[in-house]
Amino acid sequence: MNRITITIDGKAVETTEGSTILEAALAAGIYIPHLCHSPGLKPYGACRMCIVEIEGMRGMPSSCTTAATDGMVIRNDVEQVNKVRKMTCEMLIADHPLTCLTCQANQDCELQTLSSYLGIQESRLRRMTRDPKPEKDESNPFYTRDLDKCILCGNCTRACHELRGVGAIEISGRGYRSRVAAFGDAPVLESNCVSCGECVDRCPVAALTAKKETVPPSAFTITTCIYCGVGCGLSLGTRSNKIVQVLGDKESIVNRGSLCVKGRFGLDFVSSEDRLTTPLIRRNGQLEEADWDEALGFVAEKLKAIKEEHGSDALAGLSSAKCTNEENYLFQKFFRAGLGTNNVDHCARLCHASTVAGLARAFGSGAMTNSIDELEYADCILIIGSNTTEAHPVLALKIKAAVRSHGATLVVADPRRIEMTQFASLHIRQRSGSDVALINAMLNVIIEEKLLNEEFINSRTEDFDKVRECVADNTPEWAEPITGVAAEDIRTAARAYATAQRSSIVYSMGITQHTTGTDNVLALANLAMLTGNVGKESTGVNPLRGQNNVQGACDLGALPNVYPGYQKVDDAEIHDKFEAAWEATLSDQPGLTVTEIINAAAEGDVKGLYVMGENPMLSDPNLNHVKEALESIDFLCVQDIFLTETARLADVVLPAVSFAEKDGTYTNTERRVQRVRKAIDPPGQARADWKILCALAGRMEYPMAYEHPSEIMDEIADVTPIYGGISYPRIGKVGLQWPCPDKDHPGTVFLHEGEFKRGKGKFHPTPFRAADEEPDSDFPLLLTTGRYLYHWHTRTMTSRTEGLEQICPPVPVEIHPEDAAREGITEGATVEVSSRRGTIHANAVVTERSPLGTVFMAFHFHEGAANTLTNDAIDPIAKIPEYKVCAVKIKAAADRPAEIGAI
Amino acid sequence: MSPLLLFSPDAAPFFSRTIKGMLYYSAAIRRLCDHGGTFVKEQLNEIFERCDGAPSDLIPILQDIQDVLGYLPREAMTETARFLNMAETSVYGVATFYTQFQLSRPGRHRIKVCHGTACHVRGASEITKAVAAKLGIGPGETTDDFEFTVEAVACFGSCALAPVMVVNDKVYGNVTPERVVEILEDLN
Repeated sequence: MNRITITIDGKAVETTEGSTILEAALAAGIYIPHLCHSPGLKPYGACRMCIVEIEGMRGMPSSCTTAATDGMVIRNDVEQVNKVRKMTCEMLIADHPLTCLTCQANQDCELQTLSSYLGIQESRLRRMTRDPKPEKDESNPFYTRDLDKCILCGNCTRACHELRGVGAIEISGRGYRSRVAAFGDAPVLESNCVSCGECVDRCPVAALTAKKETVPPSAFTITTCIYCGVGCGLSLGTRSNKIVQVLGDKESIVNRGSLCVKGRFGLDFVSSEDRLTTPLIRRNGQLEEADWDEALGFVAEKLKAIKEEHGSDALAGLSSAKCTNEENYLFQKFFRAGLGTNNVDHCARLCHASTVAGLARAFGSGAMTNSIDELEYADCILIIGSNTTEAHPVLALKIKAAVRSHGATLVVADPRRIEMTQFASLHIRQRSGSDVALINAMLNVIIEEKLLNEEFINSRTEDFDKVRECVADNTPEWAEPITGVAAEDIRTAARAYATAQRSSIVYSMGITQHTTGTDNVLALANLAMLTGNVGKESTGVNPLRGQNNVQGACDLGALPNVYPGYQKVDDAEIHDKFEAAWEATLSDQPGLTVTEIINAAAEGDVKGLYVMGENPMLSDPNLNHVKEALESIDFLCVQDIFLTETARLADVVLPAVSFAEKDGTYTNTERRVQRVRKAIDPPGQARADWKILCALAGRMEYPMAYEHPSEIMDEIADVTPIYGGISYPRIGKVGLQWPCPDKDHPGTVFLHEGEFKRGKGKFHPTPFRAADEEPDSDFPLLLTTGRYLYHWHTRTMTSRTEGLEQICPPVPVEIHPEDAAREGITEGATVEVSSRRGTIHANAVVTERSPLGTVFMAFHFHEGAANTLTNDAIDPIAKIPEYKVCAVKIKAAADRPAEIGAI
Repeated sequence: MSPLLLFSPDAAPFFSRTIKGMLYYSAAIRRLCDHGGTFVKEQLNEIFERCDGAPSDLIPILQDIQDVLGYLPREAMTETARFLNMAETSVYGVATFYTQFQLSRPGRHRIKVCHGTACHVRGASEITKAVAAKLGIGPGETTDDFEFTVEAVACFGSCALAPVMVVNDKVYGNVTPERVVEILEDLN
């Protein structure tokens, strides 16, 4: 980009060619009045406030729509320009309520700033009132729309269309009747608004205001969002030890200021009354308050006793993908070095274990190969098994932008008609559990039609012949009856993927949560390698990780078979290295996985379980079995911020702190290590997880002492090659992507460039296997599970935000109209859903989003826990349960249990 | 690569993304066939078939729909949005911008009373009053049985015939309050 120089009011301003005059001025700290300019939106030129005089040009062009050119001489703050601005501003004010003192946007209003800048002292024009005066739209639980204050700058409507791809509002009508309206002038809650709050953030006045943000913050803290694996930067506005405002961090590379409804409006849980504030110990069957000394002593004593009596492997720990990297590191170090067992796992087992297993086998590294930003520039994106807009809303914006701004071809392969299909050129509705057949058939087409990248296969990979042989018979016609997808559609998808310049695969739990999960991942890796779509920009195999720090928890060794950095526990050299580093005797036997721990607990082999920030009582499959296991265990310690379903069964509950109350780092789905910063003090006696672990280790004769999490990160860097160059000062504002082996390494944007981590990429043949439990005459429907935009996992956090509960009340089950009609089920009816493992109640939502023969439930709701129904059959390699397929039956229920609410 | 299949008419609407939205959508579909027989999905498909789905087809499509149905029902706008793969608010924005588009169902007979200068001088307000007395509705309103819609119009350019009233496409000149009653009764 060429640097150019322009002159504004006699001051030389340097900028890059292609930027507008307004952008150049604002970047240089020069105020040009504006109302309808908002970063990231296309220039609009509506408000006429940013007009300037330009030497050699006639009239007064708007600086937001005029590109700066070298040598341009601009007059901004001069009388003749301000006179015109003043007149325009006075007309805007003529029908704007002059109630500034009692306005929520007082002192944070661009119209106020502008009016003051122009020196407007009186309302000269005849006051006008809108007739009829628009009523406030209070329908949305998170924000108020007051059109009486609207200045029609169009920031909200443009953000909704251009940035979010939602289009819930638009300027409607004409002339004096112009107004921002939802479709049919309906209340905004009845529109397709997803409550992301982008419009609220961009409203220059108080036409859109967040209901809860009534007082201005006294401080802002830049941190990282606690919800999904995208890892959006947050700016938490705090005052009197409370979060009073949440904004997206505009400097974050990940989200550039955008957030979703949970991140922006769903942080009420932090100051919830239900937070745990003191340790609890079970006495006479009841959890009673205790002090830290007593509680930690009790835990230490119990763990010691079990270890002495039954051996180290009678203990197991569930670490947390919600906790920081440092805490995960300490947790597994405490278990391995302090307690002597490798029985450490966490919920990644339940979401992306097959990714870690599959991609490590194929490429040598089990992480997202490319970065979020690159998706925007892919020519073809294949989304398979990811409800991106609901589970990773901000990342979905990049895919929408790829389609809308850059003309990318989007292929969505998902049984459900998810929102992303609206942006897709092709929607493939494969039967749940038939992904391998679908992908194999795509491989077959690509090989048959010679669309493969032979050069890449020959130079970068091995074992291709095995796959060629495996898929030789897997023609689209073969796959059609298995997948339910027309052979021609499979061909179209394969051609689209194979012929695009840069093709990217995006997947999530629709791929991993199967008994064939590892095969699904391997098949996708085959697809990428076959076409050479890995190891370069905007390509790759991109698993979207669920929890905010599930990547980090895996990286830092909260897995039974590896130390931090995926270094194998049964590799003698590595084992010796860690024994030396941690000054302890370590077990060289891989430990148990989550699912195995639960089974071992049920069988009495695991006697003591320590759970940090997880809720297996809702998140694990076959809940009745989990409950039996946890009830039968000798000692259960739970460390959490709320009394979760699991904590209710515990012998000791230790109060931890939320992300807003501690320092640390999270690693997002694109391997970016980002800072979490303390914004407020924790409630009561609650302590950061890392402090609890250190205190406990001290009592277990394995002292771990750190003053600050940054010291833990320094230790991590010493023993973890992929984190070798990472330190707090280097993470800074934008984070650092691993692998980052040394202090000078800039981090890695995409993996496997030139060479795969394991050397050559390895093709793995993946013959099709059916799901463990298929529908039959007794249980004729297929149940698949997932998430909704408005809730997070086991709802421990999101249920504390009233608005989220209002928009998405418990417990919906989505069913196709024909299936519903056959069972006599109508919209909103209470139904009973049963599988071989249990029965729950839910409210029917009759919709074609669900394919015929399939019902969908989210696993968020304890009131009707979908995981009571799910199958705990596991993938033989990754040990991940088959959440996505089980057989159920559904019938109208005789009565409606009170707890499931009404839609 | 050839353009892959775009939005089929029965593809997901923009509504369907929230649970609440889904309910709303289901209700919208149920209302599809509930428009006094005036709304037929096939009619829309015929209109859509004549276009190639470019955003610039929006106004011609809306005009065609109004020609067939007499107005733009909400569901027709939703279907149009799906067909053109645009947000339904974008369709609504255009439909509300142009005065040529009607958003509510008009009566079978459209009574337009001219209130141009000439007609005004020659007693147009008496004509409107007579219509109101006969039908019980004022300008901009439709009778409950969807038989009559009354409008006040600025000028038909037939000033020599003032006061003028146009019923459907027929022009009546030099009307009087008494004549209004006769004309309306003849329609029944």
